[in-house]
Amino acid sequence: MKAAAFEYFRAVGVDEACALLDRHGTDARVIAGGQSLVPMMAMRLIRPTVLVDIHRVDALRTRAMTHDAVAIRACVRQCEIERDAEVLARVPLLGKAFPWIGHQQTRNRGTIGGSLAHADPSAELPLVAATLGARLHARSAGGERTIDAARFFTGPMSTALTATECLAEVRLPVWPEHAVGTAFDEVAMRKGDFALVAVAAQVALDDAGRCTRLAFGVGGAAGSPAVFPALAGRLSGSDLTDHDITDAANEASRALDPMTDLHATADYRRHLARGLLARALVAARDEARAKVRR
Amino acid sequence: MSELRHTITLAVNGRSRTGAATARTTLVDFLRDELRLTGTHVGCEHGICGACSVMLDGAPVRSCLVFAVQVDGQSVTTVEGLCRDDGAPGVLQDSFCETHGLQCGYCTPGMLIAAQGLLQSGTAPTEADIREAISGNLCRCTGYQQIVDAVQLAARRLREGER
Repeated sequence: MKAAAFEYFRAVGVDEACALLDRHGTDARVIAGGQSLVPMMAMRLIRPTVLVDIHRVDALRTRAMTHDAVAIRACVRQCEIERDAEVLARVPLLGKAFPWIGHQQTRNRGTIGGSLAHADPSAELPLVAATLGARLHARSAGGERTIDAARFFTGPMSTALTATECLAEVRLPVWPEHAVGTAFDEVAMRKGDFALVAVAAQVALDDAGRCTRLAFGVGGAAGSPAVFPALAGRLSGSDLTDHDITDAANEASRALDPMTDLHATADYRRHLARGLLARALVAARDEARAKVRR
Repeated sequence: MSELRHTITLAVNGRSRTGAATARTTLVDFLRDELRLTGTHVGCEHGICGACSVMLDGAPVRSCLVFAVQVDGQSVTTVEGLCRDDGAPGVLQDSFCETHGLQCGYCTPGMLIAAQGLLQSGTAPTEADIREAISGNLCRCTGYQQIVDAVQLAARRLREGER
């Protein structure tokens, strides 16, 4: 349970990190908080021969608000966002997800970007990013590019990032509507453990209480977070009744291709997804309804 | 291949300590094997059990999930740093004794650090707050109730002004 030997470089800037990744290619891995990478190294599931440490790159430790997004740079720690009232007010789904993420010891060290780049299928932050349609900004020695969340998560522990790219920032969209409700729910074997299934939902209502926008997603069931933009689009303009929600949860859970493992069968994961989705959509809708201006 | 040993300086329990370690040496192994601070326990070595919890720059982290070389120059508080200046148990440690908050003692250093992390952010935690704070720490002896009792007792003693 000790990691294999590796060469360690602590980058002081993003350019230096990118140059190191360019030089070492697939032998290297980026480490930030290390809360997912170090256990995999300890179990020798991965054996990088070079680690490029970016956790002290100051340029990657800031967050910024624009009119339509919250931009969080990759090395901001999870505990910092958990306590940032301004960020949570603008992206309230994050606040609903945090209680489900690991434990105080891991949130104190783990980073926002690390969780996204690691892309564990049961992790909460990739689910939030996918549900909201976040945009992920990557840097490399050759340049930079922005990747939509829908194309970023490509499977279990895999993303669209190449070996020479470093995730620099995630931009989470802010919904400007007045009446926005959010919900996050999860079933795991133990509190803080990997989710068997996790769900996220965000609902916006107009002054008449009609749904103007809806987004929801399922994590833990398959290789990467599943989102349902077409299904959500059909429900905008509706009153989002309990009946609408039940139908949506049924249709979404049928569309999943869940995995079977030691902890849960595919059927059980689909069952959980259906029940949790219905519950989360009702909770998000009711939270939004309470904010509708009468 | 002989591995490069990095020189690492940490402020440990308020004292500057320097040692050498390979890049793959975890913080807990560095504290125990190089600095000979054996109060922090090594449990699962992959971030599940919480026994190795230490404070890093004032916040609890799992020292098996940190390579020592990453935290060169930072400050660490281990369980040894929770005692009084004369070496007697601090309020939290004494409260664990009072309520039988330990049996075999393997999880105890991690439990103490997790509880310290909670109590330094406020001395009026609810039972739910306490259970949440220690949720990343496994104990196979106590059933957790006496640990919760210990943290409640320590919180009360701190509220009453004991230091």
